[in-house]
Amino acid sequence: MTNIPETGRTPRVQIRLVVIQILVLSLLGTLGGRLWYLQIREGDEYAKEASGNHVQQVVDPAVRGSILDARGVPLADNETRLVVSASRTDLLKMKDDGKAVLAKLAGVLGMTPKEVTEKVRLCDAKTPQPCWNGSPYQPIPITDEATAKQALQIRERAEDFPGITAEPQAVRRYAAPGKANTAQVLGYLSPVTDEEITKAQDTDSPYLRSDQVGRSGLERQYDKELRGKAGVTRYEVDNLGRVIGQAEADAAQPGSNLVTSIDARVQRVAEYELHQAMKTARKQFDKITGENYKADSGAVVVMEAKTGRIVSMASAPTYDPNAWVGGISAKDYKRLTGKDSNYPLLNRAIQGQSAPGSTFKVVSTAAAVEAGYEWDGGYPCTSSYSVGGQVFKNFEGENFGPISLGRALEVSCDTVFYGLADREWKKDGGINPKKGEPKDYFYKAAHQFGLGKETGVDLPNEVTGRIPDRRWKEAYWKANKDSWCKTGKKNGSYVEKIAYENCLEGNKMREGDSINYSIGQGDTLVTPIQEAMIYGALANGGTEYVPTIGKAIVSADGKTVKEIKPKVKARLPISPATHKGMDKALAGVVTSGTAAWKFQGWPQDKIELHAKTGTAEVYGKQTTSWLATYSKDYTIVMTISQAGTGSGASGEAVRNIYSALYGVQADGSIDHKKALLPTPQKTLPKIKADGSIAIPKIAKDPAKELRPGKKGVTQPGGQQVPGTAPTATTANQNTRRRRRGKGSRRMLT
Amino acid sequence: MTGANSFSVSGYGPRRAGWTRVFARDSLARRLDWPILLAALALSAIGSVLVFSATRNRTEINQGDPYYFLLRHILNTGIGFALMIGTVWIGHRTLRTAVPLLYGASVFLILMVLTPLGTTVNGAHSWIVLGGGFSLQPSEFVKITIILGMAMLLAARVDAGDKPYPDHRTVLQALGLAAVPMLIVMLMPDLGSVMVMVIIVLGVLLASGASNRWVFGLLGAGAAGAIAMWQLHVLDEYQIARFAAFANPSLDPAGVGYNTNQARIAIGSGGLTGAGLFHGSQTTGQFVPEQQTDFVFTVAGEELGFVGAILIVLLLGVVLWRACRIARETTELYGTIVAAGIVAWFAFQSFENIGMTLGIMPVTGLPLPFVSYGGSSMFSVWVAVGLLQSIRVQRPMSA
Repeated sequence: MTNIPETGRTPRVQIRLVVIQILVLSLLGTLGGRLWYLQIREGDEYAKEASGNHVQQVVDPAVRGSILDARGVPLADNETRLVVSASRTDLLKMKDDGKAVLAKLAGVLGMTPKEVTEKVRLCDAKTPQPCWNGSPYQPIPITDEATAKQALQIRERAEDFPGITAEPQAVRRYAAPGKANTAQVLGYLSPVTDEEITKAQDTDSPYLRSDQVGRSGLERQYDKELRGKAGVTRYEVDNLGRVIGQAEADAAQPGSNLVTSIDARVQRVAEYELHQAMKTARKQFDKITGENYKADSGAVVVMEAKTGRIVSMASAPTYDPNAWVGGISAKDYKRLTGKDSNYPLLNRAIQGQSAPGSTFKVVSTAAAVEAGYEWDGGYPCTSSYSVGGQVFKNFEGENFGPISLGRALEVSCDTVFYGLADREWKKDGGINPKKGEPKDYFYKAAHQFGLGKETGVDLPNEVTGRIPDRRWKEAYWKANKDSWCKTGKKNGSYVEKIAYENCLEGNKMREGDSINYSIGQGDTLVTPIQEAMIYGALANGGTEYVPTIGKAIVSADGKTVKEIKPKVKARLPISPATHKGMDKALAGVVTSGTAAWKFQGWPQDKIELHAKTGTAEVYGKQTTSWLATYSKDYTIVMTISQAGTGSGASGEAVRNIYSALYGVQADGSIDHKKALLPTPQKTLPKIKADGSIAIPKIAKDPAKELRPGKKGVTQPGGQQVPGTAPTATTANQNTRRRRRGKGSRRMLT
Repeated sequence: MTGANSFSVSGYGPRRAGWTRVFARDSLARRLDWPILLAALALSAIGSVLVFSATRNRTEINQGDPYYFLLRHILNTGIGFALMIGTVWIGHRTLRTAVPLLYGASVFLILMVLTPLGTTVNGAHSWIVLGGGFSLQPSEFVKITIILGMAMLLAARVDAGDKPYPDHRTVLQALGLAAVPMLIVMLMPDLGSVMVMVIIVLGVLLASGASNRWVFGLLGAGAAGAIAMWQLHVLDEYQIARFAAFANPSLDPAGVGYNTNQARIAIGSGGLTGAGLFHGSQTTGQFVPEQQTDFVFTVAGEELGFVGAILIVLLLGVVLWRACRIARETTELYGTIVAAGIVAWFAFQSFENIGMTLGIMPVTGLPLPFVSYGGSSMFSVWVAVGLLQSIRVQRPMSA
């Protein structure tokens, strides 16, 4: 630009050369600037992207733990299916992208090469199903129904099938040992949702897209323990996903086993007896409604009286939990949750609530003693009790004259309790009590017994039941008065009249409310599990335990055992003397009271039973039957909706369950050999280090076997120990997955 | 004066050429442009390291020998260096007489590519496979013969002193000379090379002193042509998308967009000092395609960081800066035009190559001079260096 040579060169060329030079410089300057921008200013951002680029996670799912009964019989375990899968990353390393291997594999599996290649291709917008939707770094399953022979062919010639694995994989199975279904207690699994995946993403146990999560029952309650921890291996990969180095690896930890206090045999007996009782009730004629009883639903709870552990819990109607395995079909889902389904998914032992009827009288008796009434005082048991023109009848109009509290409990005399509750109501100030004055002994006692709130059983979504005390009335009135006042008519139909009265004074404790409440009618609601808790406490001398099903959580290798200890919930608000009186009265129910006709010939001298029957009226429906019983070890509560009286509907069934537990024969003799569980199971099942469990014998159908006079195919001899189970040994002897799930495989067949 | 100069040097030429000429005091060695030579050697050396880093793990292309590409790159550089010496030896002026022959030979070679002898690599049918792992990309040599041929035509009458500037007829002839191989290359299609040639033609015309009308006319024609191609849908949708993908990788995420994205990640992740040689995860993981050739700059960006990348740009700057000086300082228009053509070529090709890895230029298959792996490119750029040296050596020892 400076020295224009003396060549006679024209300035035009010279100037243009300078322009070229400047252009060149600016181009280089542009590159420099862009470099600075990318590497210095945005460098961190790109560094992050680069590391995300080359690290891939491969997640090895953890095997879900089994749910075992008290003796180690698996109620829920894993079935092993032979899954043949292909590793895309391995296939891509081959010259022909693994085409030859896949073709060979197709031959072994009896599929066409096209079918196989379609299964391993990745899904994208242009690729129709079948295609693989998951991570390309995850082995892609080609079939989950491979036979042992096919798996063997693949495994034995591994060098001919690079990148192909044939491994047993665990699939949840509800084995129903000895036909014990246990559906609602076990719950079910369903696929994890996107939301849950995102939520668990950065935790130490992330979900896989293929994961199943416990949705109800024990599967949900103990999901975390059962699920285990998926193994995560981080690989450094290149652009084709070929592994160029292993960065980190956490091995998968199989889920722990849950040992429950359920005894599969007793469970089966309870389920069977509940079913039979309902079937029988449907054949009985109901004089009040003029048609047969509907017996539409029911529940039974068998509980260890001294610990609160649940030995069996059945709910009807029921369903097959295996319907959920492998994804529930739309049809099944409708059948289980539709309007006409009668909701078999509900566990009515903890989610069904109804008025307790006379079984509630133990609460009222305790309340009366608390209120200062003498146990042995003479309380008039008249055939009816009139209050302000309203007549409250004794059940079936019986009249026993003046009787003690114990006798009133034994013969279930309604009018005695009407009278006591009415007197207390009046003492508390009647319809308009002074503030803070009312003692409300009858309501307080119910709360002290633990009613009106969850028992805390280790199952999700337990309901509370209801104690219609003043607080509840106030809240309920506030929520409903608008609609009551709208529909209520002074001289309308029954419902309209009730609404009219409720509109006026539904927030107040009326005389009739208190009278009805004293015999467990009206707005009172309890759940079978609450009844079991109360009667269990009466059996053990007055200590209420939190009902529990989980007994211990045992690691997959059996080494760590976390016991779930019985937890005391409360002491019943009764003195030893009152307890003794009640105990005697309730024994009287079995020998000479309302349940006596169903317990004739029972060896009461050897196995003393106590019982209280209940028949609750429900407006617009047939009566709900209740039967709450206990021996010194167990308490059994059964309820059937729309089935008549407690003893009539459930007496035989409950007696049969006791017979099964203690081995009582039809003639009243006791055969100790046939007793299923004369004393509660104390020891935990042994889980060996290899994960196998010594499974005790279980009959094909314990219910049929024990029912005298009825033909049942009995099958002595249970199953063998899974560790030596010969099935499918051809494949994968050593994988951890095999030893679970395999064990009880043939139990059903 | 030019005549005298020309005479004095070529007078020494054939008979007394040889080592005496090289070692004579105040002679060749003193007059060589050392900065260009050293910068070019440094770029080639860096290039061999980068090529090694990019290919030592690529077993599918290096025949299992990690040094396969490294050795070949060094061999190519050596041959290129020899070609440079040969070019200086012969001298650009002597070559001037051989231009028609060279031009004819190069056009013949690119025509060969269109016959079944040619091979397609990465969508461009621009290669002739020689066997033994060697192949030829004749379009690289065409760049030189276009420069030499146009310079010969445009400078003839000016250097003879007949006219101050090339007249319209000469310009037309020169354009025609460039157009023939450019059309053939376009048929391959090797659009990247065509773009370089267009820039070379522009640079040559500028330096020749041809009328402004030609320069702007050519620019206008280029722009109009591009718009027409776009508007008349001569190109398919995907071709446009591919072209535009450098700015918006989502237009062609599986193709060019992927390259652009990965290249940008590689360079960006380098930061100031880089991941260290052989430690770049993008390079080791082979996320960037064509990394030893067209995308070799990403290796520098990732493993050597800003420091290494800017060093390459600076070294290229040295070559270009000195080449500009040579263009300015030589007395005859022929030398000026050749030097300016080489500047245009190197500058644009470097800018395009680095620019596409940085995401500011569309992706085309152009090598980075001296650095990228590839014999044809290496030979032609070293011949170009030889031409520059020759122009420098043979300029008058004035001033």
